Amino acid sequence: MSAPPVLRLEGITKRFGALTANDDITLELRQGELLALLGENGAGKTTLMNILFGHYTADSGRVIAFGRELPPGKPRAAIEAGIGMVHQHFALAANLTVLENVIAGTRPLGALGLGSAAAREKLTALSAKFGLAVHPDARVGDLSVGERQRVEILKSLYRDAKVLILDEPTAVLTHQEAEQLYHTLRGMAEHGLSIIFISHKLHEVLAAADRVTVLRGGKVVAERRASETTKDELAELMVGRRVARPRRESQAPGAIALKAARVDVGTALKAIDFEVRAGETLGIIGVSGNGQHTLVRLVSGLERPSAGSLELYGAPAQRPTPRGFVAAGIGRIPEDRHADGAVGEMAVWENAVLERVREPRFSAAGLVRRAAGRAFAREVIERFDVRGGSEDSPIRLLSGGNMQKLILGRNLAESPRILIAAQPTRGLDEGAVAAVHGEILAARRAGTAVLLISEDLDEILALADRVQAIVKGRLSPPIPIEKADPRRLGLMMAGSWEDAA
Amino acid sequence: MMDVLDIFASAGLWAAVLRIATPLIFGTLGALISERAGVLNLGIEGIMTFGAMIGWMTVYHGGDLWLGLAVAALSGAVFGLLHAALTVPLGLSQHVTGLGITLFASSLSYFIFRLAVPVSGSPPTIVPFQVIKIPVLSDLPFLGEAVFSQTAPTYLAIALALVIAYALARTPLGLAVRIVGENPHAAEAQGINPIRVRIGAVVFGSALMAMGGAFLTLAAFNSFFPTMVQGRGWVCIALVVFASWRPERALGGALLFALFDAYQLRLQHVVGKAIPYQLFLMIPYIMSILALLVMARRARVPQALMQPFRRGER
Ligand SMILES: Nc1ncnc2c1ncn2[C@@H]1O[C@H](COP(=O)(O)OP(=O)(O)O)[C@@H](O)[C@H]1O
Ligand SMILES: [Mg+2]
Repeated sequence: MSAPPVLRLEGITKRFGALTANDDITLELRQGELLALLGENGAGKTTLMNILFGHYTADSGRVIAFGRELPPGKPRAAIEAGIGMVHQHFALAANLTVLENVIAGTRPLGALGLGSAAAREKLTALSAKFGLAVHPDARVGDLSVGERQRVEILKSLYRDAKVLILDEPTAVLTHQEAEQLYHTLRGMAEHGLSIIFISHKLHEVLAAADRVTVLRGGKVVAERRASETTKDELAELMVGRRVARPRRESQAPGAIALKAARVDVGTALKAIDFEVRAGETLGIIGVSGNGQHTLVRLVSGLERPSAGSLELYGAPAQRPTPRGFVAAGIGRIPEDRHADGAVGEMAVWENAVLERVREPRFSAAGLVRRAAGRAFAREVIERFDVRGGSEDSPIRLLSGGNMQKLILGRNLAESPRILIAAQPTRGLDEGAVAAVHGEILAARRAGTAVLLISEDLDEILALADRVQAIVKGRLSPPIPIEKADPRRLGLMMAGSWEDAA
Repeated sequence: MMDVLDIFASAGLWAAVLRIATPLIFGTLGALISERAGVLNLGIEGIMTFGAMIGWMTVYHGGDLWLGLAVAALSGAVFGLLHAALTVPLGLSQHVTGLGITLFASSLSYFIFRLAVPVSGSPPTIVPFQVIKIPVLSDLPFLGEAVFSQTAPTYLAIALALVIAYALARTPLGLAVRIVGENPHAAEAQGINPIRVRIGAVVFGSALMAMGGAFLTLAAFNSFFPTMVQGRGWVCIALVVFASWRPERALGGALLFALFDAYQLRLQHVVGKAIPYQLFLMIPYIMSILALLVMARRARVPQALMQPFRRGER
């Protein structure tokens, strides 16, 4: 033990009703250190950081920053003590500019001016010093997710934060952006900042952190130096048991279920060709933003080809509509489950039947058959191990992994002939990833044609039979998975198909 | 035909425009500030009525005109506090609470008025604010009569619009109001207390609304009658949308509406009895709906408008 810790959480306990989200947690952070807080969804990581920052008040325990105890429940006091927080769900006002978001609350409310000129100068200097490029006068709503995160970090730096907390900073980022972020964080630690970041991605934690604290079920279960542990050990500590991702077994594919021949969609997709057969998984790999969004819309019936043809089960898809595609046996796992997959305020059972509510078993004479809907939801909850709520709770109360299991379940319970899975495990923890992968493999075994769109190399290698890369709206020719390795896929994702071949 | 256009050339018309616009400017600014912080206040119609009544009553019982205006503002602040208490910390529906306040404040105004002033043939009157001719400027041809010969509250309303426009855009307080109305969680993360900011905005806004009402009895007319606000509060709510929640545009919108109103009054005289006057009365409202159709589609609504903020909620 050398220098005193900059931050110390002592015996923090927090209950929500009967649930103990944090159970007597003690934690220390030293100057210039990068500490990773690792834990599955629901382990209590966000709750702990919210207590530290004063959003929540703990039932017991103390927060000591730079030797002084912080008053509970006062974000302002935390800010003044030099603590900055980057929230899991960004706390930004979309209609205001970057500069306005950064300086709000920094001057006394009685002051007659904003001091914009000086503020802009300081912000620009910080951007340059830490490599966080973003235009001070841009409207936050116009920025990309990565840029918004930079704004969040700049907000803390602007207030001279000496301790920075980031809650799942990479959950919303692409691979490149995540790497860039950890590079930036390392630079910040070298400038003397102390950083806690939350993650459940093992490889990130191992690559970026100095020290790892593992949280499970609201308790600290272990602490390791990043250099002295392994992925397997951390996975086991985090989940509490050995988790192995399920394996794909080879099987002979059946007839062509979904086929695109030289399809254009506006300017987003150009002359794409692919086919998926029953009992086969076609992986589409690529960095987000290369046309995946439009591709998903195309195969969900939300978008029509502007040229070329789309075939379902060997016949051209006439006048595609989302309802027609659902009726044709296409199940969908949308990329953004909050925006396109679920209606947060509605109950779990309502979300479970939403896509099929017009079918006679769920409604008759314009009235919803609630009992049938609830029964269906219970079945999905049971079979797919959805935890964190009953069929009557609002779905927004479920964690990301459980929401994803419900979305998957409501599709797979119907044995779809085709499954479109877009980034199906983005933001999920190790246990949930294994569960989702298991279900996708089971669907394939049962003869479903799976179109898997992902930017996660490991996921593609684990699930797909054949792979195509998507680059700037174009698709590479497919290669069998046996011939795919990270280097070759990397080349394909960069658009060098010939070199890769 | 010529007469119909000649109306625009008379300085009297433009002087009337400023006069008619004044209560709308106060009311629109009041509604706007509260909405920029995220709270819709449909109590405006009732608060204006109460302000008109209590302001008049103060003067009728011997108070100074400025005292009347101040008492009106204070009464508005009290109703604002009621609205804020119900909608901000308690998070009740802003629509329902606001309409309730309008019903409550309107009835209470009439009740108090009837208790204090017995029914009589002609309503009792006071001596209202007089026109202040601004030295030198009021001697200008046309503009002198049109713009620089108004009562004090009219000058005050215009000045307030400019001050509020500046404050919202350029001061920490204005930025705090805006960020609370856009995303109270972002505000909280910056150490701003969204509950306090919202309460403050609603209270201040309601005081302005009541001042708008008081202008009617203390400057535009000299007596009180219960139906005198006549939907001006609702016009203000629409003007906020028309103005896209920007004070300087609210000023423009109020003037535009007042122009339609002043114009139709004069048009009635020019055209005479050939056309029923009720048709003319409709003109400003029809024009407002058309203007709203054009403007409202481009309006940028405060993102957290009407969304209650609760601490520690996901
Ligand atoms: N505001 C809240 N009200 C009720 N329960 C909550 C609240 N916040 C979190 N929880 C519960 O506390 C547990 C821990 O949640 P959280 O801290 O968000 O976990 P993590 O960030 O590790 O995924 C979960 O079971 C979650 O459902
Ligand atoms: Mg969390």
